[in-house]
Amino acid sequence: MASLQAKAKAIEKTSFIIITALSYTIIAFLLFVLGYIFLQGYRALNWEFLTAFPKNEMREGGIFPALLGTLYLMIGSSVISVPIGVMTAIYLTEYVENIKVLQFIRLGINNLAGVPSVVFGLFGLSVFVIFLDFGSSIIAGSLTLGILNLPLVIRSTEEALLTVPTSYREASLSLGATKWQTIYKIVLPTALPGILTGIMLSLGRAAGETAPIMFTCATFYTPHIPDSLFSEVMALPYHIYVLATAGTHIEATRHIQYGTAIVLIVLVLGLNFTGMILRYKYRKKFKQ
Amino acid sequence: MLKQTKQTKQTLQSALNIHNVSDRMVKYIFAVVGFISVSFLFLIMIFLFKEGLPVFKVVSVKDFLFGTSWYPTSEPPKFGTLPLIIASLSVTFIGAIIAVPFSLGVAIYLSELAPSIVREVVKPGIELIASIPSVIIGFFGMVVIAPFLQDHFDIDTGLNLFNASIMLAFMAIPTIASISEDALSSVPVSLKEASYALGANRWQTIIHITMPAALSGIWTAIILGIARVLGETMVVLMVAGGATTFPTSLFDPVRPLTANIAAEMAEASYRSDHYFALFAIGIILFILTMLFNVIANYLSMKYKFKYH
Repeated sequence: MASLQAKAKAIEKTSFIIITALSYTIIAFLLFVLGYIFLQGYRALNWEFLTAFPKNEMREGGIFPALLGTLYLMIGSSVISVPIGVMTAIYLTEYVENIKVLQFIRLGINNLAGVPSVVFGLFGLSVFVIFLDFGSSIIAGSLTLGILNLPLVIRSTEEALLTVPTSYREASLSLGATKWQTIYKIVLPTALPGILTGIMLSLGRAAGETAPIMFTCATFYTPHIPDSLFSEVMALPYHIYVLATAGTHIEATRHIQYGTAIVLIVLVLGLNFTGMILRYKYRKKFKQ
Repeated sequence: MLKQTKQTKQTLQSALNIHNVSDRMVKYIFAVVGFISVSFLFLIMIFLFKEGLPVFKVVSVKDFLFGTSWYPTSEPPKFGTLPLIIASLSVTFIGAIIAVPFSLGVAIYLSELAPSIVREVVKPGIELIASIPSVIIGFFGMVVIAPFLQDHFDIDTGLNLFNASIMLAFMAIPTIASISEDALSSVPVSLKEASYALGANRWQTIIHITMPAALSGIWTAIILGIARVLGETMVVLMVAGGATTFPTSLFDPVRPLTANIAAEMAEASYRSDHYFALFAIGIILFILTMLFNVIANYLSMKYKFKYH
């Protein structure tokens, strides 16, 4: 009996060690991936790298047009995803009475979230680039990324709205405010940090996605900055992809690849990190 | 005096009416936008089918799915996607085999073992993995894992099925781990306490009580992780090697469905058979991931009803 218990105890101990080791392996791998890229690439970083055009067939110079293009796509996609996403979430949490309607929209959004990013690329190509004849352009890329980000914005806004205590709404309604006044003046301002989280995460995603922009807006090189919504753009993730896989100077542009990777990582993880901190504070505020 | 009161009442009433009308209008506007959001899913479906189905004028569904050679530009072209399907399934399957033990380890660690301070750091750390752009993970696979594999195993190229599976596993871990952790954490404490009261230790309780109780949640997590891996493009495009042949070993280069679309779309001229074929591959991907999502959805519903 005693030995059985000792055996069980030994198994428990070994299992816990293995489980802890598995967890820390993953964290270590994450740090290795990020650390390796930083160590290889930090020398490429300087002010010129961020503000200059590529030179000498990409082997020298900076990534300014790619950085600018990514910023355009981030702004353009959120112009689509934020209003539609937030309004959909308000509809789902505040207005829908019919459970069937709620389930239908939820299921649709869940499935939209599961569509592979390359399929969004095909969709953007066939609808925006060809059917609506926008060509390969900022507007086609922004629309594609905006729709890709919709589920993300909807879900985090929904979560933020559901966190707002019902008593806030009841207090407002009992003072004679209408439903819309309650939403507009009470619920939305209270939920704002939570909604901002969703916006941050979606901006990060727009900056980091490659497959959806490959056929809809991204170009390897433009000698000038885009002058309209219908221009093609360079973008950070596409820049890394092309430099690392195509062309004749893969080794000669390695430092630029690492440098661009660092800029993209800092941009995307920075946005995600800010979003996560906002969410953490927001959840804490309403946790009793 | 009486007249005045009546007047006030009237203005008040009409003000309320305006509010009611505008309130109802607001509701309709929100409803329309809500349905627009869902309509994008159908729009994607319509355009995928519109641009993909014409390929079946030149190749039968059977030959498209089970044909063994993919030579889209030869004369006559061959549109057999079986090597691509096998490639997708094998990177997904091997990726999942690598990802599941790590993910469950993380999930058990976070829900059962970690001190709360450690959890507050490790949990966001794992979540952060999910936000790393896939092109970065693909890039890392190219510049670090590929040379490593080539140096340590006697193989032609480090860009192969195994490399892709490792990188995909890394990407799937946050999805599988965080959903499994939610499932483990929502197992009622009373179940565990009953187990402890019967003399079981913590590990026995985890294995015999908590894990089985959370099983449908864990399956949901694994299926969603698989769906994510199956749809992932940049990693397999950059590190899987790109050969459209059947893999015979773990170290053979392959080309999954997603990578094939991304690699060839630029060279396929508009509305050519090749273009239609690539959209038809998009249909396969769409249906597969949809299927996985529906199963995951069903399982998580089942799970929710069990304890809530």
